[in-house]
Amino acid sequence: MIEVRNIKKRFGNHEVLKGVTFSIEKGEAITIIGTSGGGKSVLLKHLIGLIAPDSGEVLVAGENIDRMNERQLLKVRRRFGMLFQGAALFDSMTVAENVGFVLDREQKMTPAEIAKRVEEVLTLVNLNGTQKKKPSELSGGMRKRVGLARAIAYRPEILLYDEPTTGLDPIASDMIDQLIIRVVEETKVTSIAVTHDMRSARRIGKRILMLHQGKIYTDQKPDDLFKSEDPIIHRFVNGIADLKETSL
Amino acid sequence: MTSATKDAIKDWFTGLGRGAILCQQTIGSICTIKPEWRNVVYQMYFIGVKSQSVVVITGAFTGMVLCAQAYFQFHKIKMDTATLAMVSVAMGSQLGPVLTSLMVSGRVGAAITAELGSMRVTEQVDALRTLAAHPIDYLIVPRSMAMFFVMPLLTAESICIGILSAYILAVFFLGINQTYLWYNMLHYTNGRDIFAGLIKATIFGMIIVMTACYKGLSCRDGAEGVGQATTEAVVFSSIGILISNFFLTMMLNRLLGQP
Ligand SMILES: Nc1ncnc2c1ncn2[C@@H]1O[C@H](COP(=O)(O)OP(=O)(O)O)[C@@H](O)[C@H]1O
Ligand SMILES: [Mg+2]
Repeated sequence: MIEVRNIKKRFGNHEVLKGVTFSIEKGEAITIIGTSGGGKSVLLKHLIGLIAPDSGEVLVAGENIDRMNERQLLKVRRRFGMLFQGAALFDSMTVAENVGFVLDREQKMTPAEIAKRVEEVLTLVNLNGTQKKKPSELSGGMRKRVGLARAIAYRPEILLYDEPTTGLDPIASDMIDQLIIRVVEETKVTSIAVTHDMRSARRIGKRILMLHQGKIYTDQKPDDLFKSEDPIIHRFVNGIADLKETSL
Repeated sequence: MTSATKDAIKDWFTGLGRGAILCQQTIGSICTIKPEWRNVVYQMYFIGVKSQSVVVITGAFTGMVLCAQAYFQFHKIKMDTATLAMVSVAMGSQLGPVLTSLMVSGRVGAAITAELGSMRVTEQVDALRTLAAHPIDYLIVPRSMAMFFVMPLLTAESICIGILSAYILAVFFLGINQTYLWYNMLHYTNGRDIFAGLIKATIFGMIIVMTACYKGLSCRDGAEGVGQATTEAVVFSSIGILISNFFLTMMLNRLLGQP
């Protein structure tokens, strides 16, 4: 479904991605883990053409998206839903307008049908009744859930989640995890989640990729990863800082 | 030349080039994609309403001060009744369009930059692109079309208010004969002056909206970036208005003929 071939990206002098290669089959659910500032968000944005790589290729359903212009990309992006790290809700619009944004613009459904679909997805994220609220009136966790509702409202084939649980309390995190798992099971979408929350990574992904120093360091099943003897993986998975970096 | 100056010059030209590409894409979008009229109307309302107070105050006080100053001079040579003619020509061809545009750039241009800038910084622009909406179609085209329609109207409003307040001042406070005052104004004001003024105002409107959109969409991350982009948008569009006013005046004078 998605194939990433040796992509490299630098911002100024800082090389963020140094040759990332991986691929995902249709209907698969994977997570990408890695340190903060390690380029996870940048990698995710490459998959959907929001950032173009300096070199390398991204193929979506066999099509190379790097040579496309913005208008061609819009068609490809219609197949994707993305939950942004900060939810990125449109703050001039209500929750209902946010969630129904794509459906409203496509004009294939009547306003009543759109309202019904919006209610359906908001019920799924446990937020039915907040339709008329503005994003500024919601808490961080509620915003993420609205962001999730907005990403699934138009039934995309591929879902990208950028740190879906970061900054949430354990209960809210658990709820988001459950939701993501349910969405994957019920709708059979391809899903890619980026996170540094290990509990969540383990539950959401059938396969875990670790982004380390601009490359995919490992690509394993969650259980194997947690048993790994490799020092870098072991330290990341168990949250142990390198003593050399912490000495004063 | 130091490398810092070289970089600054290079950045300036890069910005100019990017701005030009943005204009080209905007025009391309207007010509090929059906505009979203709902958004255009909303923006017209937003720009129009937001500018009312500044346009009315600018028009009224500029009209009155021009009237008073013209009267002080004309009175010495017994030409009192030419006062309003002077006000209407100056307001219609120069002060109306220029001052209205400068005020609108501070009010509306700054608001547009701040809005688009914070949308960019909080990833809302990326979200738009993800949700299959082109930022140019969705954000820039409605704003520029709205500005295109609203700017001449705002300028006309400010000219009318300027003349009206000058008339009131002249007749009721300076005691000038109202019949001659009005007659002279109609006699010496040429339709071409007003027409040129409105054309200029429309062009200034485009300068304001394109600068504001470009600065907003290219602003640097963080609240500081948004603040700086807003300041730059107002400064650049004001300077653009003042400089292009000179060249447009010369050009329109040629095109429309001497009054
Ligand atoms: N648009 C950009 N311009 C410059 N630097 C960027 C940009 N986007 C990301 N970066 C840099 O890339 C690095 C990785 O960022 P990011 O992908 O957000 O990390 P994370 O893994 O925490 O999501 C950071 O050092 C960030 O400063
Ligand atoms: Mg990130």
